[in-house]
Amino acid sequence: MTTSFLPWLPAHESLGEAIRSSRAIAKPDGRLRALVRLAGYDRDVIATGKIDRLAGECLRALVEGGGPAESLTPLRLAILPSHTVDHLLPAIRVAGLHRRLALEVKLGGYGLYRQELLHGDEELGRFEPGLILLALDASAMLPQLPIGASEPEVESAVRQTVDELRLLWEHARTRYGAQPVQQLLLPTAPRLFGSFDALVPASPAALVERLNTVVAAAARQDGALVLDLAGQMPEQVGEQDRFDSVRWHQGKQLINPPFAPLYGDLVARVAAAVSGLSAKCLVLDLDNTLWGGVIGDDGIEGIRLGQGSAEGEAYAAFQHYAAQLGRRGVILAVSSKNDEVVARAAFEQHPDMVLRLGDIAGFQANWSDKAANLRAIAQQLNIGLESLVFIDDNPAERAIVRRELPQVAVPELPEDVSGYPARIAAAGYFEAVSLTGEDLERGRSYTANAERQAVLDTATDMDGFLRSLAMQLVARPIGLMDRPRAAQLINKSNQYNLSTRRRTEQELAAMLTDPAAIGLGFRLTDRFGDNGLISVVLARPDPAFAQNELLIDTWLMSCRVLGRGVEAAALACLAQAAGSQGALALIGEYRPSGRNSMVENHYADLGFKPTDAPADADRKSRFWKLVLANAELPPHHLKLEASQ
Amino acid sequence: MTEAEIYDALADVARDVFDDDTIKLGPETRAPDVPGWDSQGNIMLIVAAEQRFGVRFRPAEFESLKNVGDFVSLIAAKRDGR
Repeated sequence: MTTSFLPWLPAHESLGEAIRSSRAIAKPDGRLRALVRLAGYDRDVIATGKIDRLAGECLRALVEGGGPAESLTPLRLAILPSHTVDHLLPAIRVAGLHRRLALEVKLGGYGLYRQELLHGDEELGRFEPGLILLALDASAMLPQLPIGASEPEVESAVRQTVDELRLLWEHARTRYGAQPVQQLLLPTAPRLFGSFDALVPASPAALVERLNTVVAAAARQDGALVLDLAGQMPEQVGEQDRFDSVRWHQGKQLINPPFAPLYGDLVARVAAAVSGLSAKCLVLDLDNTLWGGVIGDDGIEGIRLGQGSAEGEAYAAFQHYAAQLGRRGVILAVSSKNDEVVARAAFEQHPDMVLRLGDIAGFQANWSDKAANLRAIAQQLNIGLESLVFIDDNPAERAIVRRELPQVAVPELPEDVSGYPARIAAAGYFEAVSLTGEDLERGRSYTANAERQAVLDTATDMDGFLRSLAMQLVARPIGLMDRPRAAQLINKSNQYNLSTRRRTEQELAAMLTDPAAIGLGFRLTDRFGDNGLISVVLARPDPAFAQNELLIDTWLMSCRVLGRGVEAAALACLAQAAGSQGALALIGEYRPSGRNSMVENHYADLGFKPTDAPADADRKSRFWKLVLANAELPPHHLKLEASQ
Repeated sequence: MTEAEIYDALADVARDVFDDDTIKLGPETRAPDVPGWDSQGNIMLIVAAEQRFGVRFRPAEFESLKNVGDFVSLIAAKRDGR
């Protein structure tokens, strides 16, 4: 088979052999690590099936041995289909491995989704899905209408179908506590007229399009997500690769088996986004990536960029795509083997540069190796290496980075830069579950942060630096306005997160209806700008503790504002809120997640004392207590403002 | 490609699809003789065989097959008719 369905993944010299030899690794965690690496290579449906079988064995062995692999986030996905999906499950799980998920997948009964959602299904309830994918096709969803049906008739039939879907989503949430994901319809029906189908409201083509539009609008309103299969094909993959009418007649397979690896990845990237595992930062090489030529040799006038040549236009178009990603909240950074002054000059002086220095949050142009630069960027931006996607035209550099830093996503690229935007889009590392005002501000905020860092690098006196920032922290009960961003933080923050308890926006709202619960959102401004909502603290009474004690269920903070004393100021606000509703003590819990060791001493540092864990607590959790009466709260440099 | 070669190649395909290196195929082998060769496995085998032999099977052709011997004859006939 020659079509590559995962063209952004590198080809393995002998994948079959590598899969076979992974069996020789005795320990399940070591074997699983090897298989996770193999999941990151371009693979067909058969190799994918083999990786899945072996990885499944390892995961089961690890769960029996006391817990899943630390580097993978467990997630339970239920698929309720109207068509055959059995052949897609291995590909979903293996794509999950590449996207750092240990997916447990449960299949609902074929065509039984209404019953399972509306009337309940015991087995599905016991499975406790985090995500429910409604994999429906046209035969299940398209209203039956005469071809002459008028636009209002079509509209009313479409509304009826979508209203039913909304009811199903609602039940997915309330009955199973799961995030619903609706698979959009694939246009598989042949045209009845041709171009004119678009003008006939009840033609299959027009119906599918209208239904998808209305489903997406409803999903946006209801907080459901969609799986959009149609809009996301890598170059050289066509509709005929996705749907094969023979397979449909043979086994009601909507998705042609060879396409399974791509379908699996489309599902896994949504699941990863829900779990907060999407990448956050696009790191760009410079020479022959953002412009043609080598600026150190060719000079600023010699590089090829912008109008005047097709090549120059293609580089400008790629910069434009990166800038667009920046505006939707992806952080942009530069890693290049270059003289820093020369490299910066291009950004400052070249008239056709689309990206400007202000768009770049981390700028590493030097003669160190790329791996060291990527580490420096991650550290400067306070994000994990696994949040980086590295773009470099040089295959050797890509291979080196993959070997040195397997956590960093390094997509394979087409030879010509004109194909870069489509390839980066196809790779799907930046899938999202929301677009908040904070996303839109982020690029600016990280850039300002880099400037703050620069001030700090030159400042000798830390206290003086903090005072000079003129920081102001606004604590506000989490209301309707802050909820989407708070939920986003709850689901994305990994490092500065004491308990890593994920909650959907709906679950958060439900929790905060308890008048005894405290939910505080913190916004930080300073002289460089507004950092937005950067910390969330949730506290509530818990039956395991005394009535006048509040358990801090969740405490998390964006790493962008590390080292600014926000946690001490937040504690002051929390203590005040807790005290005013009659609480005598705060209970802190640290639940190790494998990724939050940076906060293991959070409560100790804030003056909490160790206390016994309640009987039914998570075994690895450690508990801390702060008696509020005459507690000595740690100092900070923030001006506090409580707002209602 | 001789019939013997098709048998060998098809056995390779089946070993790959069903992830079992011990699979041997003879003219009389039928789906129930091979672990994993269920209806889903069957479609995967067809897909892989189509790719391996560069042919395309019609659903009706496939439904009339009784055993691997028939399958090999079908492949041979398809390859001749290409």
